[in-house]
Amino acid sequence: MKHMTEEELIAYREGVAGQQAVISEHLAACEECRGELERFEAVLAALDTLPVPDPGADYGPRVWREIAPRLAEKPGRWWQVWMEPRRLAALGAVVALIVAAFVAGRITKRGNTGDNIANKEQVRERVLVVAVGEHLGHSERMLVELSNAAPIDPGQKEVNISAEQRRAEALLQENRLYRQTALQEGDAGLASVLDELERVLLDVAHSPDEVTPAQLEAIQKKIEGRGILFKVRVVNKELQQRQEVTMPAPAQNESTKRERNKV
Amino acid sequence: MNRMQQSVESTQALAESDAIAVERTLAGDRDAYRVLVERHSRNVFRLAYRMTGNQHDAEEVVQEAFLRAYQKLGQFAARSNFGTWVYRIAANYAIDRMRQRQKEDARRETPRAEDKDGMENDPLNHVQDKAPTPERLTQSIELRKQLELALAALSDAERTAFVMRHWEGCGIEEIAVVLKSSSNATKNTVFRAVQKLRHTLQPYLETKAQARAMGTES
Repeated sequence: MKHMTEEELIAYREGVAGQQAVISEHLAACEECRGELERFEAVLAALDTLPVPDPGADYGPRVWREIAPRLAEKPGRWWQVWMEPRRLAALGAVVALIVAAFVAGRITKRGNTGDNIANKEQVRERVLVVAVGEHLGHSERMLVELSNAAPIDPGQKEVNISAEQRRAEALLQENRLYRQTALQEGDAGLASVLDELERVLLDVAHSPDEVTPAQLEAIQKKIEGRGILFKVRVVNKELQQRQEVTMPAPAQNESTKRERNKV
Repeated sequence: MNRMQQSVESTQALAESDAIAVERTLAGDRDAYRVLVERHSRNVFRLAYRMTGNQHDAEEVVQEAFLRAYQKLGQFAARSNFGTWVYRIAANYAIDRMRQRQKEDARRETPRAEDKDGMENDPLNHVQDKAPTPERLTQSIELRKQLELALAALSDAERTAFVMRHWEGCGIEEIAVVLKSSSNATKNTVFRAVQKLRHTLQPYLETKAQARAMGTES
């Protein structure tokens, strides 16, 4: 008889297993798995004995008394979210992109009017190429630094990666914008690499500020395992080539998109 | 009317009442927000305590969660459940607080002092047979210490996932939003948390059980 894995039993116990009924049926027939589940139950039951202190019957009014003087006259409206510094920075990047696209569009408009539509497309892509290239460069530097991070001496218990973590948080906001733009532009290859990069940035941004050497190694292995540095380098190089070859008026190059899709 | 139906209706009534209080708060009625704070404080406290592991931090998380919820209330208007929303804000802030606490502890490099309410919250006080012998007291303090150490050894994400799923009964999707992760990754985080807790605690619990069976423990 094939026994349940530890993962299946935990998922069953926590009610998140895909096939609760199948596992339940197996447990009814298999003493070994039942014993294993009981061992889990014993650990969880011990944890359940950890009490939560009673904050008192007047806790709600007490919280209100504490926070009431700190509340503004009126609660925040949705647009105030956009006034947060981090969002303002991301918004600034988008505005800069739009302005750059507009200015470049005005310049190229003076040329052949028949090619206006094509020019606009090219300008938009050029702006995206430059901005994304820069973003990938920053991401690559952060990932390289993180991949090379190591304890200063062998006995060090924790390594501080808070600088990389903060950079990852900032890059994450930009990355989302560029990924969405790449999708809108129909550049599936670029969007896919940015999507993978976003997952890595998320992992780094959500890591603790200080990690043990083992945790650091796990992060580095994850970066290496996904091959994200290689992909970022390839796409960035290709973007640089496109920028050089197609300046001042780059043509839409389908073959390069196809190449990137392969990556 | 059966009990299940009554429970569903009372939950719906509460959500509707919350929605009205939110609308009134947005219109400038601060007393309406007071209703929401008083109604949800204890639930948020329970979550915050389990995540942070101490009363002082938990109380700070509760206050900060309601302050942040007030500041962002305009974003809530279209959502359906204020309780779930403020819960999520509290979980996010608790993660920040746990990280901050770890940094402070590392800086001090001294073990955290026992909570002054350590004896009142003794887990064995919740077990029916609780003869107040000195041996039993020593064991219960030791057990509590082991349980707390096992929880403290989890990463922030693992502890959050475990607390929200096992103790608070939150759905995987809801936990995934707090962890800013996918459903599958969140399921894995729950799995890792339980697996780690088991590997840390089972040897201790089995040794205790054996000692009890052999009568070497009171």
